[in-house]
Amino acid sequence: MRIAAPVVACVLTLIFGSLFFASLGHDPLPTLYAFFVEPLSSLNGLSEWLLKASPLILIACGLAVGFRANVWNIGAEGQFTMGAIAASGVGLFWPNPESALLLPLMLLAGMAAGMAWAAIPAFLRSRMNTNEILVTLMMTYIATLFLSYLVHGPWRDPAGFNYPQTALLPAAAMFQSFDPAYRLNPSIFITAVAVLLMWLFTDRSFLGYKMSVSGAAPLAARYAGFRESAAVWIGLLAGGAAAGIAGMAEAAGPLGQLSPQISPGYGFAAIIVAFIGRLNAFGIVLSGLLMSLLFLGGEGVQMTLALPSALTRIFQGILLFFLLAADFFIFYRIRLVRPAKDAHALETAR
Amino acid sequence: MHPRLELRNISKRYPGVLANDDVSLAIQPGEIHAVLGENGAGKSTLMKIIYGAAQADSGEIYCDGNLITAHNPAMSRALGIEMVYQHFALFESVSVVENIALSASSAFNLPSLAEKIRELSLRYGMPIDPYRQVHDLSVGERQRVEIVRCLLQAPKLLILDEPTSVLTPQAVAKLFDTLRQLAAEGCSIVYISHKLDEVQELCDTATVLRNGKVTGIARPKETTSLELARMMVGSKLPEMHVSPAAPSEKPVLEVRKLSAKARDHFGVDLSDVSFNVHGGEIVGLAGVSGNGQAELIALLSGERRHAQADAIKIDGISAATLRPDERRQLGLAFVPEERLGRGAVPSHTLWENAVLTAHRFGTVRKGLVDRRRAAAFAANIIDRFKVKANGPGATAQSLSGGNLQKFIVGREIALAPKLLLVSQPTWGVDVGASAFIRQTIIDLSRAGTAVFIVSEELDELFEICDRLLVICQGRVSPPLVRTSTDREEIGLLMTGRTMGKDQMGSSSVALQD
Repeated sequence: MRIAAPVVACVLTLIFGSLFFASLGHDPLPTLYAFFVEPLSSLNGLSEWLLKASPLILIACGLAVGFRANVWNIGAEGQFTMGAIAASGVGLFWPNPESALLLPLMLLAGMAAGMAWAAIPAFLRSRMNTNEILVTLMMTYIATLFLSYLVHGPWRDPAGFNYPQTALLPAAAMFQSFDPAYRLNPSIFITAVAVLLMWLFTDRSFLGYKMSVSGAAPLAARYAGFRESAAVWIGLLAGGAAAGIAGMAEAAGPLGQLSPQISPGYGFAAIIVAFIGRLNAFGIVLSGLLMSLLFLGGEGVQMTLALPSALTRIFQGILLFFLLAADFFIFYRIRLVRPAKDAHALETAR
Repeated sequence: MHPRLELRNISKRYPGVLANDDVSLAIQPGEIHAVLGENGAGKSTLMKIIYGAAQADSGEIYCDGNLITAHNPAMSRALGIEMVYQHFALFESVSVVENIALSASSAFNLPSLAEKIRELSLRYGMPIDPYRQVHDLSVGERQRVEIVRCLLQAPKLLILDEPTSVLTPQAVAKLFDTLRQLAAEGCSIVYISHKLDEVQELCDTATVLRNGKVTGIARPKETTSLELARMMVGSKLPEMHVSPAAPSEKPVLEVRKLSAKARDHFGVDLSDVSFNVHGGEIVGLAGVSGNGQAELIALLSGERRHAQADAIKIDGISAATLRPDERRQLGLAFVPEERLGRGAVPSHTLWENAVLTAHRFGTVRKGLVDRRRAAAFAANIIDRFKVKANGPGATAQSLSGGNLQKFIVGREIALAPKLLLVSQPTWGVDVGASAFIRQTIIDLSRAGTAVFIVSEELDELFEICDRLLVICQGRVSPPLVRTSTDREEIGLLMTGRTMGKDQMGSSSVALQD
């Protein structure tokens, strides 16, 4: 049943999507084709598909580690942004712009920045019992505004015609694409490694076992003496590290520079990816590919059929909605309850 | 004149237990009627049946001489039966009047309702400001809100479930005045309690329950506490013969002057608890639930830690500041009262649940869970303790309570502990499995393990313990040797009365208000 729910949700999303297109005056079938099939019918489309799936899967893997222990990091967008900022900072200002160490250093910087950004809510939660949902979300806005400050102010490219963006990263600070015609680059291998690590951690390691106990039965975790604060720290730091690396890979990959808008919402979409993937490493790969397709399809129909770009978000939302609803109906059933017939019963009693 | 409420031959069976067995009782108008009994005697089930929250399997309920058919809580309210639960159901974030309006079936009119609340609460000597927020109220005041909520319905029969368990002596005195005034006005009151002194002070009649059966009907004011206690706890003699204990020279568990504040309103403060458990003996803790057992066991297991390290020593090492896993390294094993969610993770398989506490026994290697060994470990427990389960891959929640308990007891015993803590070893476990679990615990102790058991079942404690302690209101009595004490003595200590030497302090010590 837990595997059926995502399938049911996908089917319902397609049905609802068709109705939605019809209501906008577009023939549903060709539109669905343009949305879901056309993007994958070219080599460039496939390259873009994997390119966009990669950060989603990477971040979702990190988040799922925490979600399994009921640690709700919903600020991956902010950790992604801080990772991109730190990595770009290293790329832009490292004394030797041709050093072969540049890319690994940027990777470390991105990871460290994402972890540092997640460490703040982890500290607050484990020491002061604050709600990590609120704190991680608020920290996202701080990160976004910090990025905006940097690209409008100190890091703005002096030769950039006053556009709010940094200079381009040096070549040694960029992942080189597999083929100059397409944007897909070796950073997808980082994601592949992350998926394997996540599987090993959650499915095989004792630490992952402890985290799943914390999530499934907090009292049992306390009974066995597993530290709750350890689950909070590991959960948040894993999400932060993954999001930070994803931010680095985005800056050092398709972007090549920082601007006020560096993410199409990867950090938030990854939450949906993690849930649709049932917090399981391989499930996340599938749901990441699906979510990436929604991004691509949304862009596609925006260009070819002039449908609004908000469509992508609508589809993401519908999908999550149907998934949660499907889960709900797996565990509960609806029963109509009639109001108690007090007066009638009382009469019979007398 | 008809009795206000009459029960005839009520029986109610739950799977594995006959909760009420042919119970009859009659409550007259204006009478304060006590229902007295130990935990698990069937009091709550009986009250649920009266209130209509549960249906009797057989028997009849009459209200003012009319047979009630198709009983339910809405019906009760229509008949004028109201119930004040032991744990309050109030919304903390809104005011008193809003709370009461939420539960009223009629349309809201807050100002007039507030006026009624003020008037009624003053009339019964328990003033409440209807506009105060519930989170500002003390426990005693919250109870007043619950009582006023019932009184607004002008009840003919009011049921109170252990109403004084969270009150100070002053609040108890005020509550009793209110109840007497209500009774004088003709309202019948059913007063559920296990505290003999209160029942003797307040009630006209007492129906005593034990193991679901009525064991006596008494006029408490004319009956001695000893007689009441005997009716309550019975006087059957221990049945099982246990080979004599050979206690180790040094104690394995030492508790010295352990005091701790309760963590919430419904908890109990522990004060100055001291006792020892030696290797090779079983020490039992008797007492009515909610007298500090949960607090004590959490402190012993390490789920709750204590600042003063030497208040608890395990095998001679100060342990009060250690976490549960650190205490387990000293040789502790622990079977908690709640199996699902505390002793085992419901959605996890049995082999995963074996890893929960057996991770030092080869099931985890180099940071990775060794699934094969964990499964073998679980299979061994299933086999040795005759757990009815679909193999090590069955989830904990798929097992019956008794089987899961056997699995958890088996897991903890397989850890070869020096000290075993067990809380309610046989709650909800059928007779055969109970005997098996008890025998296993005895065998373990005779092999040299120190065992500390918390149970509310006196029969069980008498059957297997070498020494008995009694907890009442967070205080623990000096140890009694099982062979030289009896149920009456324990029963009185449980209800806060003492026979002979006064070791327990005054009866019914106040809790926080």
